[in-house]
Amino acid sequence: MTRDDSRAIIDDGVVLSLHDVVKEYPTTPPVRALAGVTFTICSGELVSVVGPSGSGKSTLLHIMGTLDRPTSGEVTVAGHRVSGLSDRDLSSLRSQHIGFVFQQFFLLSSYTALDNVADGLLYTGMPLADRRALAGVELQRVGLANRVDHDAATLSGGERQRVAIARALVGSPAIVLADEPTGNLDSKSSGAIVKLIEELNAGGATIVVITHDHDIASHFPRSIGLRDGRVEYDTEVV
Amino acid sequence: MAAVPLTPSRLHGADIARTASVGLHTRKLRATLSALGIMIGIAAMVGVLGLSESSKSDLLAQLDRLGTNLLTVQAGTGIGLGSGELPAEAAGMIARIGPVETTSSISSVGGASVYRNDLIPSGQTSGLTVQAVDLNLLDTLAGSVADGRFLDEASGAFPTTVLGSVAAERLGIREVTGTQQVWLGDQWFTVIGILDQFELNGDLDRAALVGMVAAEEYLDHDNVPTSIMVRSDPDHVDDVMAVLAATANPENPDEIEVARPTDALEAKEAADDAFTALFLGLGAVALLVGGVGIANVMVISVLERRSEIGLRRALGATKRHIATQFLGEALLLAVIGGIGGVALGAVVTTGYARFRGWGTLVPPIAMVGGMAAALLIGAVAGLYPAIRAARMSPTEALRTG
Repeated sequence: MTRDDSRAIIDDGVVLSLHDVVKEYPTTPPVRALAGVTFTICSGELVSVVGPSGSGKSTLLHIMGTLDRPTSGEVTVAGHRVSGLSDRDLSSLRSQHIGFVFQQFFLLSSYTALDNVADGLLYTGMPLADRRALAGVELQRVGLANRVDHDAATLSGGERQRVAIARALVGSPAIVLADEPTGNLDSKSSGAIVKLIEELNAGGATIVVITHDHDIASHFPRSIGLRDGRVEYDTEVV
Repeated sequence: MAAVPLTPSRLHGADIARTASVGLHTRKLRATLSALGIMIGIAAMVGVLGLSESSKSDLLAQLDRLGTNLLTVQAGTGIGLGSGELPAEAAGMIARIGPVETTSSISSVGGASVYRNDLIPSGQTSGLTVQAVDLNLLDTLAGSVADGRFLDEASGAFPTTVLGSVAAERLGIREVTGTQQVWLGDQWFTVIGILDQFELNGDLDRAALVGMVAAEEYLDHDNVPTSIMVRSDPDHVDDVMAVLAATANPENPDEIEVARPTDALEAKEAADDAFTALFLGLGAVALLVGGVGIANVMVISVLERRSEIGLRRALGATKRHIATQFLGEALLLAVIGGIGGVALGAVVTTGYARFRGWGTLVPPIAMVGGMAAALLIGAVAGLYPAIRAARMSPTEALRTG
């Protein structure tokens, strides 16, 4: 699948929609992490989901990323209703349509930057040479053309996060979910990463940034405020 | 909302190998140590099988050289078992048994001893005996002359002697010059030959051999055989063995002892087989411990690499992909250990076989079996950790990063 194909699949522009999503953890007493969340994200959007700790951000990330299923409600990603998909289908959905960026980067330290990025396509069935070729292009996009052959362990925090972002974007997913992408970085590196996210969005990527930091959220065109498992506000321009 | 059908997540064979080796790359020392456990087990098994085979092939070569068709007939000695001598006509009777190829009589010259010279007190016999022998003895026993020559028609009728290897050493004779003499039965006998060590008849190594004619003439010996060496048709050894006693002494067959000297070698080999089984058992235990080591390392590895598992699930790996990765890693560890073990086992076998002068023989079945055992152990050891990794929920795996 080429980059253009993956974006062309959503004819009405909606890449992610949540309808009355509830997530309850069966502890005693049960914890209701999400209490009826509804919003849609369209292709090309740059959205921040912002809220204090305990507001349900991580749960929301997992549900949006199809790593977990809601207790009730409907999630649709790239036109696929999650409730109708098997565990294997969800894996396929993630490999083709969802990119993840994590606070802790999660790079394989023994791999080079190039191979870490190429691993973003590992489960798509693409041959290694093609994966590496695309990874090289993506590393150039995030400004790490000169670090291609460096081991991940030798990179700085900011560089590692760029590699992780390149890995999330290399398959041209319908949506990129970034969980506190600046959480482990100093303010200078944070600023650079935020700028990079804005640039990538300008280039066409749909990105959702989950953060507790209102300063960062304020950079982005749309912000969804989360509190106690509910959407407190959504600055979406209707 | 229209959606393109999903293409199933896929992982190519080459990528399976790549992901399986991630853990080995990142934790080299741990991987080496856990492979070492398997390696020792496999090396022990291959080594034991190799050494056992090499020693067995050496024995077979030895048996082949000596022939398993050599039989000895002796008069039984002990209470109620007669004089220790065979009937005088025994050799002739035995020679008439159909499948018997040759016979050689040996008659112990009881009254005579052999000394370096006539000044040695008669009590100091150095444990050496004097035996009157047939001239074809060397052929029958497949023995050989180290120096000089064996008795023949001419020398066997004169006071000449051929010394067994031990006898020559104890009498201080290292080579045959043709002029050395030994004091044998109160007269001088000229030494005309020294024999190589016998592989089956150690008694003759400690003897001075004289011809029957010379024994009769110079030592006043009656030449009644004390033992007869019989070489039979290899296909009828058991038949010949069955009738030897009755043929040698028809009146009292119970007084005759018939033996096949190579049986002793085979008995020794049987004892070695018991040790082989024991060491194989020890090798198997080592292998099992190695397998437990791999399982242990893999369980720890799964716990330590929860975030990697979470990441891979996020990248689109199915449970099966995760299980395959960790199972592959365990198999890889086992294969590395297996290859190392087979190599080490072969090296040890070769080294020891050379040291013992055996031909080296590492049986292919031991090498193939060693690798198969390693793979099996790896698969069993990796199965539980792999299933555990696959069952880990992605959200739980990511939370611990």
